[in-house]
Amino acid sequence: MKTNPEFFPMTGLATRFVNQLAQCRRLGLQVHEASEHHVLLELPYNEALIGYPDTGVLHGGVITTLMDTASGCAVVCAIKQKFASLEISPTLDLRVDYMKPAQPHKPIFGFAECYRLSSSVAFTRGFAYQDSIDDPIAHAVGSFMRISPEMIGDAFRQALMGDEQ
Amino acid sequence: MSENKPQISDVKSLVAKVAETNDFNYLLEHVPYARFIGMEVNRFGDELVFRLPAKDDNIGNPVLPALHGGVIAGFMEMSAIIQLMVFMQTSKVPKVVDFSIDYLRAGYHKDSFAECYITRQGRRVANVHINCWQTNRKQLIATARAHFLID
Repeated sequence: MKTNPEFFPMTGLATRFVNQLAQCRRLGLQVHEASEHHVLLELPYNEALIGYPDTGVLHGGVITTLMDTASGCAVVCAIKQKFASLEISPTLDLRVDYMKPAQPHKPIFGFAECYRLSSSVAFTRGFAYQDSIDDPIAHAVGSFMRISPEMIGDAFRQALMGDEQ
Repeated sequence: MSENKPQISDVKSLVAKVAETNDFNYLLEHVPYARFIGMEVNRFGDELVFRLPAKDDNIGNPVLPALHGGVIAGFMEMSAIIQLMVFMQTSKVPKVVDFSIDYLRAGYHKDSFAECYITRQGRRVANVHINCWQTNRKQLIATARAHFLID
């Protein structure tokens, strides 16, 4: 997997966002790329996350968490770029369609884009894949509610800004 | 997680045993992800009520703090799988085809509960609705519907 964080200047912000979420730290989610248009995450294979013990396939809930995180993170980046504001947008709804089971012992990548951002709602779409984004494991569509930037809290804002203030 | 749990070799006999002994948590112990998020299940008469005890590792939003939406979804999906296995006596673990969740309220850092309704059970596909709440069953934090492949 070739990635180029220098080319995607929001990778730092996205990494700090994902690392603030306890569940994502437990899953070992890594940010590969982030821009105002997209986010790419990697979920390493972990036997503790198996949902189908007979085959070793990961639980669907892990893919949902990966796609919820990637989509939510894409919204954070899009809002930062468009409104120069740091907001965390709660998920309104998320739908995940499973094309095929993920192969065990391989990482899963989660790609999401925020394709429409209005004054109150953000819309996202994305894929989970392993070998190629053209051969996805799952497809996800979501919508997110924008809330007041004050809701984010000072400590979280500082954690997100890192050294960029 | 290094502890060794017996492998699921014969799902049907496992489900039959669990239904006999009423120890549904035995089923959950066989699924690593269920242990990862720490979920439990209780039977009340003919009803199953699933429980996700508050756990620091399940937090997504550190400001409120609130559970990660994906954990709530995973908990609800696993609940639907157990519900199908127990009530349909499936011979395999049902495979998720699609899962659609609506978040109605923030899921705070406290115990969550879920119940499932099998809306339609076809020969190959089952449709399940799942509701999730915290303090009050009438104030849902999330509702979801899913399709599963069964055989």
